[in-house]
Amino acid sequence: MAKSKPKPLKTPNLDALEEGRWPSHVTELKKTGYRPLIELYEQSYKDKETHWVHGGMVTVPRIGAGVIGRISNRPDILEDSHTFRIIAPSGYFYRTEHLRKIAEIWERHASGLMLLHGNTGDINLIGISTKEMTPTYEELLKLGFDFGGSGPDLRTLAACVGPARCEWACIDTLDLHHSFTKHFLGEVRYPRFPYKAKIKFCGCPNDCHGAMVRADLAVVGTWRDALKIDQGAVRDYAKAGLDVNYVCAKCPTGAIKWDGRELSLKPEDCTRCMHCINKMPKALRPGDDRGATFLVGGKCRGRLGAFVSWVVVPFMRLTPPYTELKELIAKIFEWWDERGLPRERVGELIYRHGYGKFLRDVGLPPVPQQVHRPRANPFFFGGETS
Amino acid sequence: MAKEERPWGMWGLLPYGEMLPPVIKRNYGKWKYHEVLRPGVLRHVSEAGEGIYTVRVGMPKFIAPETVRKVCDLADKYCDGYLRFTSRHSLEFLVADKKNVDPLIADIKKVLRFPVGGTGNAMQSIVQCTGWMHCQTPATDAPGIAKALYEEFYDYFFRTDLPAKLKMGVVSCLNMCGSTHACDIGIIGVHRTVPRVIDEEVAKCEIPVLIRACPTYAIKPKPPKSIEIDPERCMYCGICYIVCPGAPLTDPERDGVSIWVGGKTSNTRGGPMLSRLAVPYIPNNPPRWPEVVEKVKLIVDAWIEGARKDERVGEWIERISWERFFEITGLPFTAAHIDDFTFSIPTWRSTTQFRW
Repeated sequence: MAKSKPKPLKTPNLDALEEGRWPSHVTELKKTGYRPLIELYEQSYKDKETHWVHGGMVTVPRIGAGVIGRISNRPDILEDSHTFRIIAPSGYFYRTEHLRKIAEIWERHASGLMLLHGNTGDINLIGISTKEMTPTYEELLKLGFDFGGSGPDLRTLAACVGPARCEWACIDTLDLHHSFTKHFLGEVRYPRFPYKAKIKFCGCPNDCHGAMVRADLAVVGTWRDALKIDQGAVRDYAKAGLDVNYVCAKCPTGAIKWDGRELSLKPEDCTRCMHCINKMPKALRPGDDRGATFLVGGKCRGRLGAFVSWVVVPFMRLTPPYTELKELIAKIFEWWDERGLPRERVGELIYRHGYGKFLRDVGLPPVPQQVHRPRANPFFFGGETS
Repeated sequence: MAKEERPWGMWGLLPYGEMLPPVIKRNYGKWKYHEVLRPGVLRHVSEAGEGIYTVRVGMPKFIAPETVRKVCDLADKYCDGYLRFTSRHSLEFLVADKKNVDPLIADIKKVLRFPVGGTGNAMQSIVQCTGWMHCQTPATDAPGIAKALYEEFYDYFFRTDLPAKLKMGVVSCLNMCGSTHACDIGIIGVHRTVPRVIDEEVAKCEIPVLIRACPTYAIKPKPPKSIEIDPERCMYCGICYIVCPGAPLTDPERDGVSIWVGGKTSNTRGGPMLSRLAVPYIPNNPPRWPEVVEKVKLIVDAWIEGARKDERVGEWIERISWERFFEITGLPFTAAHIDDFTFSIPTWRSTTQFRW
């Protein structure tokens, strides 16, 4: 990129975005010295509309996904400025040597502007011209950072911090992320689906990564036995001024009671919502019979609007190499791939075909945990009463 | 760590074990509890009694390589060269030695000038998409609006006394690349003009795919090689423009912003909730969108005033009722608030229970 500055740009709108206490993205953009993008961004503020148009199909050798083409409708300012999507390491843990190297490669070949991280869970590198793409891709790949997750394919998978730094992780989210990324790497790198698909792993029902709304396939850690109580620690919380009765009052099913000395639990009433555990992390912990709930259909966008994903398998144990879940996901992908309309997410296909048909086709049993309540109409399709 | 299971001849991703600091490797899966020491600083303690301090830092969504190097310098100096990020564009320094926490925070303030906070019952970092900066479909500029909100709510990033955590998300169009529906406050850019059909561009697209992509069947073929859009059926979702460049729908005069409230993804208490419409349309007013900021402030302040402890925005509204929410905030309830799309019926009230 040209780093020379012939004449300082006048950017009154962008300057206004630099004012204030919160660090500004415009300041970062200006630091890169990526003059054409600064000019184009200012132009958008003047015109109140974007100047980017379809970039068409832009790829690097051997990989179908991973590059988002961007071409501007103001080629006099900036012609092409594509985005690279890189698979981020599990749980977003980095060593500085890698980050430094990525920044160095990106600065040398492209704008230098980085986005940590894209909302799909990838490293997003912004602003590369078409001719620089192949050498940059080769350098990044050599460093160990692979491409994928754009277009109608499996997006880069994502996981919460999990057992690396959280006491509530009921599943090994980092290992799942690594193992499933390797297993489904073909689907991440080559677009072949009707639309995008996302898989996210969250260690507990707090769902810090938003898997249930932000992923088509959500794997959320949970447990089946009673949560564990350290009565001494509960008393310590009470002594320190925590209103333990108020914590109990917020329990959605009234499963816990506090008599001033002992916290009693009715395990059969507990729905594992995490509220009391969040309030008293030193005293309460998830039980030992740990696994995950597998949910399907979540998304914020698509043909039919936002869905919160719904339960397919209420509880499954997850131990390496996770064959059962991998096979189930592969079966769901195949089912969707064969039937999905253009831009139809997997949840929408299930809605169009019916949940019963989906369960039959992928070979899963119907269980009451899959519904809030049974149907209220007597219109059965295809012998569902049998 | 995990072995290559399907050899593609290339990397996939580096083993996560190489990315974890030694104290985390030693205590992987053996954490016992955590506490929030002060805004932005967490301490996790393992079964073995070892502790790790997390310093959470808010940062801009886009960063320059120069900043990346400064961040790395600090991680090398205080964290043995390890660091992590969160799914909300935040940065986390993982400090093994307590002695390093204060000097690290002092350096973050001095060198990076980034805020330390966003833990517990505070405003968390704002999720954003790329907007006008680098996208073809936006109706507004999410990073710009997020910056304006950050300025208004700057102090909320360090608060500990909000009723519950406060998550905000800003996206520039209905593509929703930023979890807006799972946020307490969601800002969504909206188009309001039927796509303009450019015949010669449409002729280059796959017309059957384009027609089938429309969720409301508003697109009809127009022989020999173009399409016609029924304005009555169009809901400005923009899918046709994503499928084919021949149907652009941006309109600088009519594009704008909508505000949504009450989303939550956690399973705590009542479970996940999708955010609901509060304000259907505010015209774009760059560079600082004062009308949007004002409305968001109104809603957040009403929540802080009225919510009980531990009530997220959506839980507060569901308790006091939506009629009271509109009354308290003074936001007008309009026909746009009543759902008329696919899953509308469960949102229409079918009881005689009201709050007056």
